[in-house]
Amino acid sequence: MTDQGIGARVLRKEDKRFITGKGKYTDDIVQPNQAYAAFVRSPHAHANVKSIDTSAAEAMDGVEAVLNGHQLTGDGIGNIICGWGITSKDGSPMNMGAWSALATDKVRYVGDAVAVVIADSKAQAQAAAEAVMVDYEILPATSNVLASMKEGAPQIHENAPGNLIFDWEIGNKDETDAALASAHHTTTMEITNNRLSPNPMEPRSAVATFDESEDHYTLYTTSQNPHVARLVLSAFYNVAPEHKLRVIAPDVGGGFGAKIYIYPEEIVCLWASMKTNRSVKWTSTRSEAFLTDAHGRDHVSTATMGFDADNNIVGFKINTKANLGAYMSLFSSSVPTYLYATLLSGQYNIANVYCDVQTYYTNTVPVDAYRGAGRPEAAYLIERMMETAARELGVDPGELRRQNFVREFPHQTPVIMAYDSGDFAGNLDQAKAAADVAGFSARKEEAARRGKLRGLGYSNYIEACGIAPSAAVGSLGAGVGLWESAEVRVNPVGTIEILTGSHSHGQGHETTFAQLVSERFDLPTDNIQIVHGDTDKVQFGMGTYGSRSGAVGMSAISKALDKVEAKVKKIAAHVLEASEDDIVIEGGEVKVKGTDKAMGWHEVGLSAYTAHNLPEGMEPGLKEGAFYDPTNFTFPAGCYICEVEVDPQTGVTEIVQFTASDDFGTIINPMIVEGQVHGGIAQGIGQAMLEHAVYDDDGQLLSGSYMDYCMPRADDVPNYTVSHHSTTCPGNPLGMKGCGEAGAIGSPPAVINAITDAIGNNNLSMPATPSRVWAALQQVSAAQAAE
Amino acid sequence: MTKVTMTVNGKARSAEVPDNTLLVDYIRENLRLTGTHVGCDTSQCGACVVHVNGQAVKACTMLAASAEGAEVTTIEGVAASKDDLHPMQVAFKENHGLQCGFCTPGMIMTATDMVSRYKEAGKTLDEHAIREELEGNICRCTGYHNIVKAIADGASKMA
Repeated sequence: MTDQGIGARVLRKEDKRFITGKGKYTDDIVQPNQAYAAFVRSPHAHANVKSIDTSAAEAMDGVEAVLNGHQLTGDGIGNIICGWGITSKDGSPMNMGAWSALATDKVRYVGDAVAVVIADSKAQAQAAAEAVMVDYEILPATSNVLASMKEGAPQIHENAPGNLIFDWEIGNKDETDAALASAHHTTTMEITNNRLSPNPMEPRSAVATFDESEDHYTLYTTSQNPHVARLVLSAFYNVAPEHKLRVIAPDVGGGFGAKIYIYPEEIVCLWASMKTNRSVKWTSTRSEAFLTDAHGRDHVSTATMGFDADNNIVGFKINTKANLGAYMSLFSSSVPTYLYATLLSGQYNIANVYCDVQTYYTNTVPVDAYRGAGRPEAAYLIERMMETAARELGVDPGELRRQNFVREFPHQTPVIMAYDSGDFAGNLDQAKAAADVAGFSARKEEAARRGKLRGLGYSNYIEACGIAPSAAVGSLGAGVGLWESAEVRVNPVGTIEILTGSHSHGQGHETTFAQLVSERFDLPTDNIQIVHGDTDKVQFGMGTYGSRSGAVGMSAISKALDKVEAKVKKIAAHVLEASEDDIVIEGGEVKVKGTDKAMGWHEVGLSAYTAHNLPEGMEPGLKEGAFYDPTNFTFPAGCYICEVEVDPQTGVTEIVQFTASDDFGTIINPMIVEGQVHGGIAQGIGQAMLEHAVYDDDGQLLSGSYMDYCMPRADDVPNYTVSHHSTTCPGNPLGMKGCGEAGAIGSPPAVINAITDAIGNNNLSMPATPSRVWAALQQVSAAQAAE
Repeated sequence: MTKVTMTVNGKARSAEVPDNTLLVDYIRENLRLTGTHVGCDTSQCGACVVHVNGQAVKACTMLAASAEGAEVTTIEGVAASKDDLHPMQVAFKENHGLQCGFCTPGMIMTATDMVSRYKEAGKTLDEHAIREELEGNICRCTGYHNIVKAIADGASKMA
């Protein structure tokens, strides 16, 4: 058997081009006769656009055109839409405000584009953009939900009174209220989930080319889902019909959610290419990225959890207010609803859960899915509550969790999800052993002798991936189906191309997808090529987000491999004059079991294409496709334990140990999975201790560069101890659950639980910066002094 | 316009460029060596690190004209020959020190520079030192764990 199949630590096929500087990212693409776009962006969070004077800009050297929103809408380019409809408690639809790729009469956040300059060089475009004179009538602005929901708050969209987008609920309110009323103990907390900027290292970029002779458009873009981009650009934005638009997402330098959406710049580059009859290129600066890439999180919640006299959870009630920014981004509505509140039962058997969510417009950049998308917010809420409840009840936080774990599967929660598998106690035990929780008190004493405060915190997260059965998400409001497609092409010489609708922007699909084929046909991964990211090559696909490429994307490949395998066996049985049931594929050969009769794998390929000797009625060729629609969500889960030391003099926190035990189901390549967990944990530590996207009350972004927005760096994070304790997912052919987001979902509560344990003050918000930790320590000292 | 002349990856290169052309733009746009990346506009991320006269430099923070007469090495030129890989490149692959690959060229250029500097100074490049030395390079994918491992491994292979 090949040693490159499922479970092997195969080094990545794609690495060669990246380590030699030969990766091809969108900004590396140069088209003949290429011009450059520079956007004129609002410096105000909220203003009426009274006039735009482009005359000075138009007269400048190298300027091809200066275009505005009235021209854009006049050409029939449609408004940007949100693709997931949410219905409020009262049955009314969500209030989606109009969003034009170039604002016409009003701007609603700092960075909202009002015009674009197309010029021969980047420098000329930028200089001319600065010469465009926009007359703004500045309006009062709001930058957070608490300000937006106030009576008399500035009205951001006319069709959203009080800036309310929707008021939604899930679960059983009356039963939950009753359970909490009769609870022996209740824990109540106000919890803020801090706003973040995703920051993939490659800034967004687009190169659009209109070919007048064919009425055809080509768009190179930094997308996690080029087919979805083509669909939306065609069906909703009317840029070009689908068959006249090719979208290519070449090497993409990280996504984390921020590159799911189809942004104004992509629409404008395509349209401007048609207007100017030139290729139009735009690459975001990092400053533009902070202003215009969709942000993540930004929830304010109040939660109450009730326990009976034996410490069993009897009810959990949550109210969440979510900031969706100035416009509704593509999947923004699903994040604080179906991707969040459906996970609020956590790993626990809770009979009664109720959550209601109000979402508001603010004068900030749109907020949408960022690594984890709703599940980090749910995990943070539940796991902060569990740790706090354990402290209030005076019981071990790990044991309080254990006693409430779901132990039988399938398990129907009160909030839609039906968990299919898991061994939460197994993950807890594995993490506790790896973290040496038993030795913690000795380590704490030792740290105290050095003047340090040592703390330990748990997080037992569960999340939902592999999203999801198309009919199910359709019934919940999704405007798309969430299946995946694949095509397997066996060439006449026996090499294989896998065409997939998934997209790799760091996940290593070129390796793991090849491993799946290697496992099936016992072929070296070098003979297998993965093709993705080009709508002209791959017929359709839903792309990569929500950790779906394994559970959904690879399931589609697996289905197509089934069909290829069946045809290979039919051909071999015919040629070798044997029964199909006796044919086995191994060692580069297709053999008759128990005999010396065999064909080389490549000979079967050649037979299929020469078609000289095929079974009666069989079509020539060896190419099969499949669409896979998931049967359920998948439920990755695990236990994270964080141990910190706080310097009480400075409030500086060091993570001294971070231990993860994850259940991802089947693992194709442990090396790559561990890498995903490492990166996710670093982003979670970033959220917990460093990162915060901050707007002032007037809607000016204060954290608009790497000087102000604190990205995790190598000396901010520890080495991670990562292990797996897996149960097989029964819902898909490979038993996979997904691993891309778990690290970012599970880690923030572990970090904050550890710091609050160390400092003895639970009143601490993310990011737990040294100044916040120090202030929390002063509260403890002040309280002690008062006693 | 300014005429700039420098040696890039062992080849003499010369061009007329606008006075304010950054070294990184000269490398990417004029020479079409697109392995050197631009990830920010405040000299923070390190995706653009190249070597100028043997020292790691953020190419977004230097004018092309300031590199007049210099020996410049980019990621495309670190290996001994075009069929070879530099030991640090090998170490990044073998330790899974990269995911999306965007920060990787800058990481490798920073890594080889730190290894040479520590070696020259006779100092030990331990994990703590590697993490401190990476202060000017941001990676969003790997959580740094495998980058740190890769640099330690690459350092031993460069010895």
